Amino acid sequence: MSFFDRRGVAGVSAAILLLTGACSAPEPGAEFNDPHEAHNRAVHEENLAMDRALFGGGKPDKKPLLPQPVANTLGNVADNLGTPSDVINNVLQVRPKPALTNTVRFVVNSTVGILGLFDPATAMGIYADETDFGETLHVWGVREGAYLVVPVAGPTTERDLAGTVVDAIIDPVGALTGPPESYYIGAAKLGGKVADRQRYGDTIDSILYESADSYAQMRLIYLQNRHFELGIEDEADVFDPYEDPYAQ
Amino acid sequence: MPSDLTRRNLMIGLPASVALAALPHGAWALNTGQAKALVDKVVGEVNTVIASGKSESAMFKDFERIFVRYADVRFIAQSSLGPAGRSASKSDLNAYVKAFQGYISRKYGRRFREFIGGRIEVQEARPLKSFFEVRSVAHLRGQAPFRLDWHVFDKSGKHLFFNIIIEGVNMLAAERTEIGAMLDKRRGDIGALAADLQRAG
Repeated sequence: MSFFDRRGVAGVSAAILLLTGACSAPEPGAEFNDPHEAHNRAVHEENLAMDRALFGGGKPDKKPLLPQPVANTLGNVADNLGTPSDVINNVLQVRPKPALTNTVRFVVNSTVGILGLFDPATAMGIYADETDFGETLHVWGVREGAYLVVPVAGPTTERDLAGTVVDAIIDPVGALTGPPESYYIGAAKLGGKVADRQRYGDTIDSILYESADSYAQMRLIYLQNRHFELGIEDEADVFDPYEDPYAQ
Repeated sequence: MPSDLTRRNLMIGLPASVALAALPHGAWALNTGQAKALVDKVVGEVNTVIASGKSESAMFKDFERIFVRYADVRFIAQSSLGPAGRSASKSDLNAYVKAFQGYISRKYGRRFREFIGGRIEVQEARPLKSFFEVRSVAHLRGQAPFRLDWHVFDKSGKHLFFNIIIEGVNMLAAERTEIGAMLDKRRGDIGALAADLQRAG
């Protein structure tokens, strides 16, 4: 892969070495692997304050930050530019089928979809099979590590955070572009985040601003959904109603 | 299938109570087909409401009604409360369950709003542990379809769902976290919890 510069390769190998050795294991018996809870909660509060300032904190009269059609278009562009990176990860995971699907999506949306402004592939029933280097690490057998909350981006885990860093390095679109295009790409990606935040506004507001403990809710939702995405279906997590001693 | 067994036992003249006692608990009156039929009914009603063209607030009311009718709200309430329910007085517990019913149906009825403009398609059902899992897929406009699982049992004697799992996110687990946190904030006072739940959701 010619777009890897030497620094990139070194960074990737260092990150993987670090991860395989350093991911913390859960405390036995604990429901979540969250040894940094106090710090995570502080970051969560800062993220909440930022979200409230940008998106109104659940007040119904708040105007959207971006008009939804604009946000959606930026989201389409960002998703399309993220597709080559998905394909690389599909290949690294030795999953040829999603690699092919994502390649077809990229071709269709870059051409028929006018450089990714539109998403005709989804309308045609060719759905994105999104992935990331965090998933690649999972496929390679790296443990999840501790739950983390990082500024702005929010919930993640040690493994997923390392994956995000590696994704930034191995992203072919990033490797092939420089300023000013890279700034426009960054702006489109932010727009895509705004689009998602606005589209699911009610549900996200209710989790962030109506929960008794929004930190605990976010942690539960992030980890359960992430495990679902990674295809971890743990039978032990399945709730058996006849084994619930409190609901007799 | 448990129901076939029931029918056969009845046909050879065994008293129903003996036949039922011989079956594994929880499985006697429900089979895969019936579990799927329940979810078909729920989803059919949700889809009808979505397609009705009513105002959003009218739709919320309908969603609430569907939730109360087809979910085992009493079970969800007690399970969400956890061990604190054991030491509670009967009147506190009853007030809590009643308040929880309004809270949960408002909350999840409102979440169904995301399905407006889309449709849910019921797929297959399978036995899982002591109950049945019914898989469905939500198709929303301009989005990749996503998975929605329903867990169905007949613990109360009626076929009802007691858990919904949306792309891996489990309603019962979320409500245990929520009710647990609310109770902590009220220093374990279930009466105060019930009063506050009437306004929440």
